[in-house]
Amino acid sequence: MKRYFGRKLLVYILTFVLAVTIDWMIPRFMPGDPISILISRFGPRQGGYEALQGYFTSAFGLDVPIWQQYLNFWRALFQGDLGISIYVFPTPVIDVIMRAIPYDIALLLPAILLSWLAGNNFGAIAARSKRLDDTILPLGYILTATPYMWLAILLGWFFGIVLGIFPIAGAFDQSIPAPSFSWLFISSFLVHWFLPFISLFLVQFGGWAIGMRNMIIYELEADYSHYLEALGAPTRLVRRYAFNNAVLPQITGLALQLGVVVAGALVTEVVFSYPGIGYLILQAIQNQDYFLLQGCFLFIIFGVLLANFLIDVAYVLVDPRTRMGMQGEVG
Amino acid sequence: MTASTVIEPKKRSETLYFALRNNKLRIGVLVLLFFIVLTFVGPMFTDYEPYQFVSSGAQPPSSEFWFGTTTLGHDVYTQFVLGLSSTFIVGIIGGGLGTLIGIVVGFTAGYRGGVVDELLNILTNIVLVIPALAVLLLIAAYLEVRGIIAESLFIGCLAWPWTARAIRAQTFSLRNRDFVDLARLSGMKARKIIFSEIAPNMMSYLLLAFILQFGGAILTAATLDFIGLGPTEGISLGLMMNNAVLWGALLLKVWWWFVPPGLAITAIVGALYITNVGLDEVFNPKLREM
Amino acid sequence: MGLQVENLTVYYQTLRGSVQALEDATFSIADGEIMGLAGESGCGKSTLSNSLVRLVPPLKLIRGRVILDDQELPVADVERMNAYRFRQLSVVPQYAMNAMNPTRKIGRMTSELLRSKRVDYRAALPEIKRRLDLVKLPQEVLKMYPIELSGGMKQRMVMVLSTLLNPSLLIADEITSALDVSTQKAVAEMLVEFRNREFVKSIIVITHDISILYQIADSIMIMYAGQLAEKASTETIIHSPEHPYTKMLIASLPEVGVRYADTRLTGIPGKPPLLLDPPVGCRFRHRCPVAFEKCVEAPPFLEIAKDHFVACWEVFRKYA
Repeated sequence: MKRYFGRKLLVYILTFVLAVTIDWMIPRFMPGDPISILISRFGPRQGGYEALQGYFTSAFGLDVPIWQQYLNFWRALFQGDLGISIYVFPTPVIDVIMRAIPYDIALLLPAILLSWLAGNNFGAIAARSKRLDDTILPLGYILTATPYMWLAILLGWFFGIVLGIFPIAGAFDQSIPAPSFSWLFISSFLVHWFLPFISLFLVQFGGWAIGMRNMIIYELEADYSHYLEALGAPTRLVRRYAFNNAVLPQITGLALQLGVVVAGALVTEVVFSYPGIGYLILQAIQNQDYFLLQGCFLFIIFGVLLANFLIDVAYVLVDPRTRMGMQGEVG
Repeated sequence: MTASTVIEPKKRSETLYFALRNNKLRIGVLVLLFFIVLTFVGPMFTDYEPYQFVSSGAQPPSSEFWFGTTTLGHDVYTQFVLGLSSTFIVGIIGGGLGTLIGIVVGFTAGYRGGVVDELLNILTNIVLVIPALAVLLLIAAYLEVRGIIAESLFIGCLAWPWTARAIRAQTFSLRNRDFVDLARLSGMKARKIIFSEIAPNMMSYLLLAFILQFGGAILTAATLDFIGLGPTEGISLGLMMNNAVLWGALLLKVWWWFVPPGLAITAIVGALYITNVGLDEVFNPKLREM
Repeated sequence: MGLQVENLTVYYQTLRGSVQALEDATFSIADGEIMGLAGESGCGKSTLSNSLVRLVPPLKLIRGRVILDDQELPVADVERMNAYRFRQLSVVPQYAMNAMNPTRKIGRMTSELLRSKRVDYRAALPEIKRRLDLVKLPQEVLKMYPIELSGGMKQRMVMVLSTLLNPSLLIADEITSALDVSTQKAVAEMLVEFRNREFVKSIIVITHDISILYQIADSIMIMYAGQLAEKASTETIIHSPEHPYTKMLIASLPEVGVRYADTRLTGIPGKPPLLLDPPVGCRFRHRCPVAFEKCVEAPPFLEIAKDHFVACWEVFRKYA
């Protein structure tokens, strides 16, 4: 188990270092001298030059050797200094992102977990009956082939505009002064949350249902299933074992899918102007706010790595083979 | 005892036989063929440029503008058929490169084993865990000019890990089989063994991997385009959806603007997935329905 | 009592047609008998065992009856057979190494399996522990996952598990082929011990390793291309077989104690026929040195001496 986590952590740490390095390198080595563009964009702003000075001396420090710049970048990172946002000038990038994070968690966590649970259960049911299989399987393939933003657009158009049931922009009604734990805010939040949630939920749901269905069928052909059948065990028991074992690769799959889901969340937020990281990224791109974009990049990587680690822990809890220090591997 | 030990299988003709009567394969290939033909033939039926002002904005589909016009007065049909070709280019180049890198890394790791395998495994896991789109966003945002080929190449460079893992596992199981041992004993070089002994046994597997990479590249490109970091020149299906959302197609109920591009992507990627399942059933007799 | 099989004919459905994998098998096994079942791969021995244990598509029952302890088994009815499986009829599968759920502790799996048969695990526990002792497994295995056991341990665990409800008939399918020679011998002797202690009444040992049968089997039945060829006491089969195929099979083994009659028999020219469209009559006649006109009719499986059954016209002529 130690070895298992050791390897995992090594990969995660290397990944994080690589991500930070990419984040540092891209503005410096891309063609077209992006940094000078950056500086020129700061120019006309009120107080821009001072802010720029402060950050550049610590992080960019363009007059020191490259390796020194790299170390400075890391130092700034550990101090939580990701630069100043241009889009919401002059707020530090870290603050802008921190404000967006709760919305991402509120959207992603339920969408990922619920679609995983529902997809697995539906997939298991589909594997049981030919008729259900014939309907759920094609539906699952269509859903999993659907681009996230398109489903979001369709749902927004149909339920938001045509039927007019749900709002299609923002996270809560702008007439409400500030987020609070009032009923007014919570209901407004939920109404705004529903469409982005359901479109994220549906696309993933298709993938999980197919995956579970295929895994169950595979497990039902495994030797231990055949042995149970040969001993006349009831179908219920055989299926329960198959399900329990088929869930394991689905947990691994959850880790592997995170990147795709996050990408899906980004575009879903764009469609619904939902104020999470995805919406920030769109604003950052449209306003050429590179610090903000780079900050978002690091946060996405960090979030995905953290989620991966949590999934690893969950996997060890459910698969005895990893605890035995034997095989069994997560993504 | 199974039937296969009793019957001498006529392998090639049998595969073809199952391929022709597999419904999933038939539907998938038919849908793909439809869109491929449309990509080549479609542009012949339009005289417009994708961003040419052809009419007052937001015209619903009519005999003159088959798919209607955008709120900006562009012809949706023209954008759609030209966007299709971008989609296929990304799929072929991005998916092809992803598969190729996956094959090289996977084969090498699986065949060599040992330290090479360890290192490649760590590399694979790193690229696997990084959300590809985040990296693509960062790269694309700093590029002043972005072309469709470059986009495809970047996508391919980040999409290979799961293919590499799958191929590594396959190679592992294949390299311990008798015929590979025989080749090794007879003094064949590693590369030669891979290409002459292992690869042919994996051809079907590689085809399946390519199909999935193809679909994945299309989806990734559409996502990137939708955020506004797609090709700076030309048109793509993702870009159409991006423009539709930016220019108020939802509020103005201009559904004919955003329905065709998304529907085409869903149909193409869905058809690829279903083709994949169908082929899997054809290649893998265990999955065939009796 | 014991097992009676009458005219059991089971085909293997494929898209190219029916593979006639088991044709008119008629034989019986007495209580307390350990019968070896041998033949080349593809001779129908696995089809025979599957027909008894779990006859599901693509296998299809064409005709025949199976009677165990004076009760006819509904072999073609998968659901109704469940009542007989494990209690009356049990199996130690070929894949015993992987037969246990990898993510359940062995004890828990055993208890869940027993509960599904309405047997209380707690009440059965003392007997389980006695049997673990007998096969020299520590009682701690019940708290372990299968992955913590060695191959031989898993094999013995599955043997204990399969026989827990004292079935009348146990089918042991190629159980020794994955083991090394010394473990093989131990496992084979355990089967005899199980029979002696009446954990099971009779056993069918399916193998291509005739030397194992020589050690433990009371009788041996030889199959060829889906048909029964000969059944007799082990001594008779080894030392004075009558069927020409048995003779060649035994002769092709350099000496008893040498393994694997399974790979192509070098001593017998030709190959077994394809069972998709098998030759009419005796299926061995194309390779048989003593075949004559009569052999285009399928020979019945007749008792030529006490407990010695043969299906061969030439033999019948000799004994007539």
